[in-house]
Amino acid sequence: MDPLRRSPSPCSSSRPSSPSTPACEMFGPIGIEAVLGQLKIKAMKMGFEFNIMVVGQSGLGKSTMVNTLFKSKVWKSNPPGLGLPTPQTLQLHSVTHVIEEKGVKLKLTVTDTPGFGDQINNDNWDPILGYINEQYERYLQEEILITRRHHIPDTRVHCCVYFVPPTGHCLRPLDIEFLQRLCRTVNVVPVIARADSLTMEEREAFRHRIQKNLRTHCIDVYPQKCFDEDINDKILNSKLRDRIPFAVVGADREHLVNGRCVLGRKTKWGIIEVENMAHCEFPLLRDLLIRSHLQDLKDITHNVHYENYRVIRLNESHLLPRGPGWVNLDPASPGQLTSRRPFKVCRGAHDVSEDEF
Amino acid sequence: MASSEVARHLKRENIRSLTMSGHVGFESLPDQLVNRSIQQGFCFNILCVGETGIGKSTLINTLFNTNFEDHESSHFCPDVKLKAQTYELQESNVRLKLTIVNTVGFGDQINKEESYQPIVDYIDAQFEAYLQEELKIKRSLFTYHDSRIHVCLYFISPTGHSLKTLDLLTMKNLDSKVNIIPVIAKADTVSKTELQKFKIKLMSELVSNGVQIYQFPTDDDTSAKINAAMNEQLPFAVVGSMDEVKVGNKMVKARQYPWGVVQVENENHCDFVKLREMLICTNMEDLREQTHTRHYELYRRCKLEEMGFTDVGPENKPVSLQETYEAKRHEFHGECQRKEEEMKQMFVQRVKEKEAMLKEAERELQAKFEHLERLHQEERMKLEEKRRLLEEEIIAFSKKKATTEICHNQSFLATGRNLWKDKDRKNSNFL
Repeated sequence: MDPLRRSPSPCSSSRPSSPSTPACEMFGPIGIEAVLGQLKIKAMKMGFEFNIMVVGQSGLGKSTMVNTLFKSKVWKSNPPGLGLPTPQTLQLHSVTHVIEEKGVKLKLTVTDTPGFGDQINNDNWDPILGYINEQYERYLQEEILITRRHHIPDTRVHCCVYFVPPTGHCLRPLDIEFLQRLCRTVNVVPVIARADSLTMEEREAFRHRIQKNLRTHCIDVYPQKCFDEDINDKILNSKLRDRIPFAVVGADREHLVNGRCVLGRKTKWGIIEVENMAHCEFPLLRDLLIRSHLQDLKDITHNVHYENYRVIRLNESHLLPRGPGWVNLDPASPGQLTSRRPFKVCRGAHDVSEDEF
Repeated sequence: MASSEVARHLKRENIRSLTMSGHVGFESLPDQLVNRSIQQGFCFNILCVGETGIGKSTLINTLFNTNFEDHESSHFCPDVKLKAQTYELQESNVRLKLTIVNTVGFGDQINKEESYQPIVDYIDAQFEAYLQEELKIKRSLFTYHDSRIHVCLYFISPTGHSLKTLDLLTMKNLDSKVNIIPVIAKADTVSKTELQKFKIKLMSELVSNGVQIYQFPTDDDTSAKINAAMNEQLPFAVVGSMDEVKVGNKMVKARQYPWGVVQVENENHCDFVKLREMLICTNMEDLREQTHTRHYELYRRCKLEEMGFTDVGPENKPVSLQETYEAKRHEFHGECQRKEEEMKQMFVQRVKEKEAMLKEAERELQAKFEHLERLHQEERMKLEEKRRLLEEEIIAFSKKKATTEICHNQSFLATGRNLWKDKDRKNSNFL
């Protein structure tokens, strides 16, 4: 079970926390359910925020993938890297959009990393980790203000999609190094890019090898096993974990197939349909990122990764003994943070039997 | 409205809107959010303030359609105490952790000056506990049992005249800390016409005294109209009852009198249904949000400022918590050093004094000793003298004794032979 799961300790004797609260039977419905509707209204009014980062070598189709995911031209101009010379250093390129669907507003921020893995010496991943930590830092600074804003703008990276080149062999040292570092600070979803260059059997073999690599190097990708809350989650997530990394193909052009207009890549030997599960696993990725696990990604970022960062930051200035009321902050350099191994704060799991409430 | 606000905000941030060419699927986002909330469960805390016997427990029972607690409270408490009970309710798939806080002994004392203070202290204590948790380094806010009071139901006695001073005083002290919803209790003792006048009187008194009661939010289209109408009807006149009475061919919750039956859920008889609607069905989430974003933030700001933290320094430059903290720490250290020095000095002083004292005592003792020794010496000499004299006497005496003995011996020798002869004759006579 989760070692950090503990009942909230009463801070003063006047707190009404009793370890065993009696369950009361109501004689009839009174309308508590309506609070769900209230929540929905509030959420629709406020809108949602989602920040995604795509990491991978140039030419793997990251920008196309983003366009396919959100069915629009996310990048204003041509996708960076297309026809342009590869950047000399690792850069970060962010763009923000607001998209709306059926009354739900989503503020989407996509961060691209052109230049990753393209240089001769590729051990400089500080800009990426620095960027992620900088977003955490920004949130932390807002949170500790005396007069806080009503709603703190959330720029923290919720999900990082890591594109693995379709070599068919196994994860490369660069991949392993980077994934190890990245997994500790952000939710990582690895995908096999340009999967149309692999046959089905090659795909399966590649996938298994990657999974083995991940296990050997203790790389914990999303969905993490330790955060499965109940049995339903476990079942659902195990199914997903079997298929990670997804083999995806991106396309932003439409073609006519059997009278239907589908997104796909047209080649001389056929049209690869992006949304066809038989051709590639793009629908799985889309469902994971958007339709079913978006809120979960945000939750884990907020409750686990951000809290981990916060603990490290607050522990960093070792000036005076820490007490519950004191907040120590030091302007820290990103290098200092990435060299540490943050301990994992496991999210408390809720039991079906609420014996703690 | 809200959407134009968002649009303006976006323009400022140079974010453009994107149109999608197909169905992406994130309209399920609110549902995902709701699912997560269902998993976590909801928390709602109600504080009931009112005199003993005014019907607080009965109203809560009726509101939540269950029997929470049975016994009546006593009227003889020396001061106001707050009693909190937590219950778990479940309706279909929604779990609600409900905490009811009752004021015991409110309005019973003879001197009611301090009656409101325990209530204010309790509310502050819950905020404090949350603040402590939030400031911890290793915190777990998502499993924290939120005990902050979300709404305060203030029960007004149905006198029909006006607010009591105690009510005004208490509400004035609570309005910046908690959402207050005033209700007129035992409303079946007030007639309809009196009720209308009473309500108007109450509201005008509250307004003229600057008491901020909770206003149902009117900024959202779906509930604006109904909320606005309800705002007009405050304070709600309520009747509570868990007893069932047969009216027509249904069993309804009501109070039976010889002159009629007061039905709790009949809108013509009392405003109970309106209260339940507003409290639970329409505005529960807003009450929680107001508590968190307004009342709690106010408390937090005041508390942190009290501790000496500011966002802006003396020259209006933004000051980080770090700098303030460093400054305070320096101060504290300086203070500690100073105290330490002081104590050291005091210690040295004391030691000196003690040493002097001891030396003095030593000297005295020495003097005494010498004096005694002298006396002893004199005594001894005297005794020596006496001894000498005595010895001389002894010698003289023994000389005398010796000469007398010699004389005596001589005379004895001379007369001794005669004696012997006499003795022999005597002895021979016998024989």
